[in-house]
Amino acid sequence: MKSTRLVYDGSFEGLLTAIFQVYEERLQEVILVPEASNEPDFFSESISVITDEHKADRVWRGIKAFPEFRTTIYRSFLSEKPKVELAILEAVRYVLKTKNASDFGHPAVLKLAQLSREVGREKHRMEAFVRFKRTVDDTYVAVVEPDFNVLPLIARHFKKRYADQVFMIYDRKRNYGLYYDLQKMEFVTLQDFSEEGLQHVLHTQEAHFDAMWRDYFKSTGIQSRINKKLHLRHVPKRYWKYLNEKNPL
Amino acid sequence: MNFERIREKLNILADAAKYDVSCSSSGSKRTNKNKGLGDSSGMGICHSYTEDGRCISLLKILLTNHCIFDCAYCVSRKSNDIQRAGFKIQEVVDLTLNFYRRNYIEGLFLSSGIFSSPDYTMERLIAVAKKLRLEENFNGYIHLKSIPGCSDELMHEAGLYADRLSINIEIPTVSGLKLLAPEKDHKDFIKPMEKVKNEIIQYKTHKKRFKNTPIYAPAGQSTQMIVGATGESDKDIMYSAVHYYSTYRMKRVYYSGYVPVLEDSRLPALNTEVPMLRENRLYQTDWLLRFYGFDVRELLNKDHPNLDVDIDPKLSWALRNMQYFPVDINKADKRMLARIPGLGMKSVYKILNARRYRKLNWEHLKAIGIAMNRAKYFTTCNSRDWERKDLEPERIKSMILQHTQSKYEKMYNGQLQLF
Repeated sequence: MKSTRLVYDGSFEGLLTAIFQVYEERLQEVILVPEASNEPDFFSESISVITDEHKADRVWRGIKAFPEFRTTIYRSFLSEKPKVELAILEAVRYVLKTKNASDFGHPAVLKLAQLSREVGREKHRMEAFVRFKRTVDDTYVAVVEPDFNVLPLIARHFKKRYADQVFMIYDRKRNYGLYYDLQKMEFVTLQDFSEEGLQHVLHTQEAHFDAMWRDYFKSTGIQSRINKKLHLRHVPKRYWKYLNEKNPL
Repeated sequence: MNFERIREKLNILADAAKYDVSCSSSGSKRTNKNKGLGDSSGMGICHSYTEDGRCISLLKILLTNHCIFDCAYCVSRKSNDIQRAGFKIQEVVDLTLNFYRRNYIEGLFLSSGIFSSPDYTMERLIAVAKKLRLEENFNGYIHLKSIPGCSDELMHEAGLYADRLSINIEIPTVSGLKLLAPEKDHKDFIKPMEKVKNEIIQYKTHKKRFKNTPIYAPAGQSTQMIVGATGESDKDIMYSAVHYYSTYRMKRVYYSGYVPVLEDSRLPALNTEVPMLRENRLYQTDWLLRFYGFDVRELLNKDHPNLDVDIDPKLSWALRNMQYFPVDINKADKRMLARIPGLGMKSVYKILNARRYRKLNWEHLKAIGIAMNRAKYFTTCNSRDWERKDLEPERIKSMILQHTQSKYEKMYNGQLQLF
């Protein structure tokens, strides 16, 4: 039998719509892929899924009884790992059938739990490692390149914390950002965003505070206790690029 | 703002504050109100880590390093010939806000040398916190040091603006304090602690009746002891830690290995190594007391006044109490599971959960993630294969050590060679 290849638009609602479709059409052999990484082949029949909020919502409400499982699904989706969609579908099927969302003996359930934890760690790291720069028009701008697509997860944290400041956190890797204008938070994509451009519009005080933070970082360390290995474990090298204290001027 | 001057002061006053180890920014419940700045209701966040591996969560500085006291263990002591500086209140406020807005920090940790009088110093510390809270609507974390000997009224006020208050006992024994800080009186340390404890209790009872009771030091109080400056035993240290936990309801007691900074005949020589391993063992003991249900008298007593350096305190206790082992993983209660070497509390809970469905064997225990190299000598489970030989504690210890590698190995091997 030919398997069915459901191609969704890459959004979370799109994926939920696809899952709805699997149930609606009683599909057995399914492959779920986002549009961006779809490579048609001869062994399966491709169908484009048209994202439908209503259908997505039906699936979301279907697992309402398992709030932790919902978080797990959403977070593991944001990991953007290949084939995560299939694991999500399998886990949803298993959970709906058995009404048990915490049986980590099931491979898909276990896999999602692990992925979700990884994404959670990245979220926490971003909450720590975002470094804002103040611009001339009093917007605080930060650039990040998280391993996973965690901006949607950190939005609430930053909104609560900087309720009185206009800010933007821009994901360089995925080319979109979070923007807060004192009223609401929204996702934005900038056509001509560059870090160099940002350097030209910095507030006159920015260099001073930047320098003082670097100084502070240095003077708060204790030379006679130095432990580079431990330091690296806490601040892995891949994050250094956007940490001013780790970049000598 | 004169940035050059502030930068200079920051370097001096951050350097002087770095020996204070407390950097926690958790445990508060202050939320952002009226679109203000900051929120400290979530878990603590470490924004960076120093090269010695300690977390940087707060801007940790002294208001000034001018001090009228001459405590032997302190870099800022009066007779030490160092650069002195002092921040203006507004400068600390500006630094805190600007660092916070850039997401460098979770808040402020403000300590100070004592100038003119304890009350005068405390007033200035409070002024910083008050300004941040009332004028800037700052809801980030504030940790203030209580100044030894300051008045009760000021301690009351401090708690209204700070999330955590702490006063460092520094020297664990009264005799040690007499020797190293002859001008300070032990009572001066106790009084603010007592006051904060009572205020917190009072807040909790009032809160039940009146919803709008102003919050008081929601993250509680902590203290710190220097380890290895006065030749005290581990028993002395832990017994006084227990005293502070129970009598003053401390959230945390921190142990800070003495970093030799000054030449003084009463102190270890300048080239003495920082006792990091010992510090680590003390923290392990602290955890055993707070989370594993141990009593300090089991771990440290007349016959055993110091912790072993080569093995952890739980293993050491188990080897001295072989009559309780082996423990059956599938039957033992929580208290006893927690006492098995190689099992952390997380594993204990996983075992309690998992064994409801099936009997656990070695494979299960490995999957749960317990340290088998230690646990296997002290447990039996649903498996026919376990350590049957009646091994002597000494033998177990040497077998365990053979199969473990510690980053501290150099230290205790070096220490052993002395004998």
